[in-house]
Amino acid sequence: MNQTVWKKRYSFYLSLLVLLVALGLLFWLEVNKSNYGMAVSVIQKSLVFSVVAVSMNLLNGFTGMFSLGQAGFMAIGAYTTAILTIPLSRVDGVYYMKGVAPWLKGVKTTLSVLPEPLLIVFALLIGGMIAGIFAFFIGIPVLRLKSDYLAIATLGFSEIVRAVISSPQLDRVTNGSYGLKNIPGFGVTQAGGVLPVGAGSLLIPFFFALTTIAFIVLVINSSYGRAFKAIREDEVAAEAMGINLLKHKQLAFVISSVITAMAGGMLAMYMRSIEARAFSVTLTYDILLIVVIGGLGSVSGSVLGAFVVTFAKDWFLRFFDSPLVIGGFQVPFLRMGFRMVVFSILLMIVVLFYRRGLMGSSEFSWKGIFRWIRRKKEGVETTKGEMIDYPDPPPAKPAPLIPDPPGAPQEGGRDER
Amino acid sequence: MKKQYTLLVVFTLIIALIAGCAQTPSAPTDEQPSSDKVIRIGVFQPVTGENGGGGFQEVLGIRYAHEKFPTIDIDGETYAIELVEVDNKSDKTEAVTVAANLVSRQVSIVIGSYGSGVSIAAGPTFEEAQIPVIAPSATNPQVTEGNDYYFRVCFLDPFQGKVMATYAIDNGATKAAVITQLGDDYSSGLGNFFLKAFADLGGEIVSEQQFQTNQTDFKAILTNIKAADPDVIFAPSSIATAPLLIKQARELGITAQIMAGDTWENQTIIDNAGEDAEGVAISTFFDENDTSTPLAGEFVTGFKEFINANSEYYNKNGGDGVAAVSALGYDAYLTAYEAIKAAQSTDSVAIRDALVGIELEGVTGAIAFDENGDAKKNMAYIKVIQGGQFTFDKTVMTE
Amino acid sequence: MSFVTFIQHCLTGVSLGGAYALIAIGYSMVYGILLLINFAHADIFMMAGYFMIFSVSSFPWQISIPIVILGTVVLGVLIEKAAYMPLRSAPRMSIMISAIGVSYLLQNLATYLFSALPQAYPAIPPLKRQIRIGEVSASLVTFLTPVLTIILVFLLIFLLRKTKIGMAMRAVSKDYDTSKLMGIKINSIISLTFVIGSALAAVGSILYFTDRMSVTPFSGVLPGLKCFVAAVLGGIGSVPGAVIGGFLIGLSETFLVALGYSTFSDAFTFLLLILILLFRPTGLMGEDLQDKV
Repeated sequence: MNQTVWKKRYSFYLSLLVLLVALGLLFWLEVNKSNYGMAVSVIQKSLVFSVVAVSMNLLNGFTGMFSLGQAGFMAIGAYTTAILTIPLSRVDGVYYMKGVAPWLKGVKTTLSVLPEPLLIVFALLIGGMIAGIFAFFIGIPVLRLKSDYLAIATLGFSEIVRAVISSPQLDRVTNGSYGLKNIPGFGVTQAGGVLPVGAGSLLIPFFFALTTIAFIVLVINSSYGRAFKAIREDEVAAEAMGINLLKHKQLAFVISSVITAMAGGMLAMYMRSIEARAFSVTLTYDILLIVVIGGLGSVSGSVLGAFVVTFAKDWFLRFFDSPLVIGGFQVPFLRMGFRMVVFSILLMIVVLFYRRGLMGSSEFSWKGIFRWIRRKKEGVETTKGEMIDYPDPPPAKPAPLIPDPPGAPQEGGRDER
Repeated sequence: MKKQYTLLVVFTLIIALIAGCAQTPSAPTDEQPSSDKVIRIGVFQPVTGENGGGGFQEVLGIRYAHEKFPTIDIDGETYAIELVEVDNKSDKTEAVTVAANLVSRQVSIVIGSYGSGVSIAAGPTFEEAQIPVIAPSATNPQVTEGNDYYFRVCFLDPFQGKVMATYAIDNGATKAAVITQLGDDYSSGLGNFFLKAFADLGGEIVSEQQFQTNQTDFKAILTNIKAADPDVIFAPSSIATAPLLIKQARELGITAQIMAGDTWENQTIIDNAGEDAEGVAISTFFDENDTSTPLAGEFVTGFKEFINANSEYYNKNGGDGVAAVSALGYDAYLTAYEAIKAAQSTDSVAIRDALVGIELEGVTGAIAFDENGDAKKNMAYIKVIQGGQFTFDKTVMTE
Repeated sequence: MSFVTFIQHCLTGVSLGGAYALIAIGYSMVYGILLLINFAHADIFMMAGYFMIFSVSSFPWQISIPIVILGTVVLGVLIEKAAYMPLRSAPRMSIMISAIGVSYLLQNLATYLFSALPQAYPAIPPLKRQIRIGEVSASLVTFLTPVLTIILVFLLIFLLRKTKIGMAMRAVSKDYDTSKLMGIKINSIISLTFVIGSALAAVGSILYFTDRMSVTPFSGVLPGLKCFVAAVLGGIGSVPGAVIGGFLIGLSETFLVALGYSTFSDAFTFLLLILILLFRPTGLMGEDLQDKV
């Protein structure tokens, strides 16, 4: 008893310590941005993607619904945020071809009384709200159907959003084909203020990610979250238990879309200039890659996945794309496009052989880490204890070709038709 | 725990290790003995993706210029110039990341990029880092608008639209159709500028059509155009769509002259469209047969030698022709070179200040910047495809 | 719109619809048997385009066509064996992710091997012959596509209705577990489904690309999505339904572009999907289970 209390406190202090170190490191990086531009940029992207991945996981991993509309919802958030936050003085330059719609200019003038940080938060929320409304109305017809239809309908929705945004009819609102630029970025950009240049460029997205992910974790741990998991495991049983399927699916879908759209707004701030083309199906697939590698059904897995994949893809493994000669020896295969081939093969390997991904459906905890380290030290003998710690569920029905991961939906395809 | 974990940890470690070794991927051209003093020029270009072909031709111009002027004297000391080349893959998201990469590699000035979209996307990154950029061939007004650190050595889309409209009217056209690509700022922008100019000059726009990115079937829009019976079709678009559009138009029996902007000046279009490409007219920045200035003649001879000496360059360039973007790449490098010389410093802000007032004679004409950072140019070359080649037709000047 | 223009648009639409129908059948059959949206089908179609480019560079086109069909069939079956078979008893989501993974892999592989730049599709001389009927002009392939589609579909329906193998396929589609108990070799039936689907995709690819003349690694994506919608529209699992869906989508897309709404031609397809799901989730031919594969 005493020991568990001590351990809990221990975990708390350890987490606090890590958080403080992380904050310090981020602050140091952002004020030295000019020397570590690449690191800052990749961390920003990882933070944004980790939010999208976690919200995708809420649907795919926790509720067992397969949505492929991430790119579309991100586009909604990104465009709303961009339209509302582009500084009034630069609007005419941005809408250089067709001019900006008068009502929009009116709205922006009214909003310009807000200080910039508040305006950004407001814009992100509005973007989330619009996406939420869309999600609600798509959900009504689609969520009654089988999950495959949800996948294809959301994919379709995402394409519709892209087409509508770039349509000439909306030129005066979304600037159609010309894209939006001059979107304010994260942090201080002008020298001479109280804070040094670059301050906030990492901490702002960090706090955004922290808040939204914490929100999703709260949802997952609430009674709603338990209902989501029940739906994932067995819809019929869940309904028999008195869970309103449609209501809970709708809720998960709307929450996930709102958060995705807000992350889309953050992506717009990261990119500084956006165009409809950037929000294609490929973007959704990139996020799916993160979720699968991180582990379906694990929040910490998605966060870890976002960082590992983004760092590898945008930074460490970049050299895969350029021919490399080591000591006069031309390394084979390395040329344009090889990096993405490696990532797609990695995705297939994870899907086929390591279906748990990095974290499976377990979450990060200090206890787990220590146990893991202890086991490493003690070596072989502990393999027995391991079986007790993490029992795989007994194989379902006749032994499948590949045992299911713990916690994965057991619906088993067939009987669902 | 599980074997998988160990495997993944090992995998991560390997990634980290490889990353450690791969921190300094060097540009292929910086093999001269490294003197202590180095000044870095960033080359921000698409070598792959939709605009990979044209981007590479631009890089060739820059590499040739670098071969000709590999060092520079600042305050009596000789600095080696190092080209730091990155590939933005014709993709805006990628562009931001690689721009950050260039910034962290401490370049003093950047040249790029082919394609306006990526230039616009990367603009704020360079502006914040206070590094000046010279765009060789990005023609969209948005590139330099509101950005004190972006300059360009080519003409702009409004000008280009006017040039093509003038050319069409001069050739007796009265009815024009315009085809633009949705979601593409170059195509939509140039198309619109043409539209305005053509109407201003008294012509009639009989059909306006749009198509989606990645669309390969233009029959429906071309059928509409055929019904409207225009004298000319203006279809600014990427190199990839050009042959499809040309062939399908001819297949439907459309005989109107097809015209486009600078991007179409690429041999692959003729290779893919074959006979059907005959008669297509484009506007461009430079003509290799125009030897009115000795500088241009000298450049053409030297550049051809440079291309012929390297089979990879020769193949990717599609022969030893001199593309306008290669000439502009050369000019951009030259402008950067002169600015560094004028600033007598490797400091990026000092170089930027020097750029504002610079005046020099480039191979594509005189270069001086207006208050937006755009080169003051008032002449464009029109080329027509004849006998499977881009042949010079005439020059058009407007105010 | 003049009459000639109208006819010209109809021709374009029917020809496009024919190619769509051939691809849609592949989606519909695989879904009928495996309950899987084979996201990779669109990329099999795209790879067939590249196969043609490479085989024509060394063989005459008469030999190239069988080579392309064979190559595409091998690719389709290989994908089934490598990426779907090991997951037979896995949760539905894993198979779907695996299908997306294969699609992602094929696209990236094609980008790596053949570069993202479009490659010119070889012209098959007799197919490209210009035919003029009054004011209407098009190449032979435009006229040929719908005709060939109809012939192939009748052959397929004959196979499904009149042969033993066809009966087995229908049985598997109707009740997977029971047909297994009845001694039907499930794996060979599934392989056969992929053989038929891929072969039709290869033919569709030849017709589609001959008309469009260039292939990129992403040429499959949009036609693929539209063909899936066509399959749902006609009633997924039904072969005649897929064909009707294909022609409907092809025609409506062409006429939307013709009327100047090209921005919304893609969006319309998906709007149609959402409407269908809302009002008639079984699709137009959904209740007719006779030819359900």
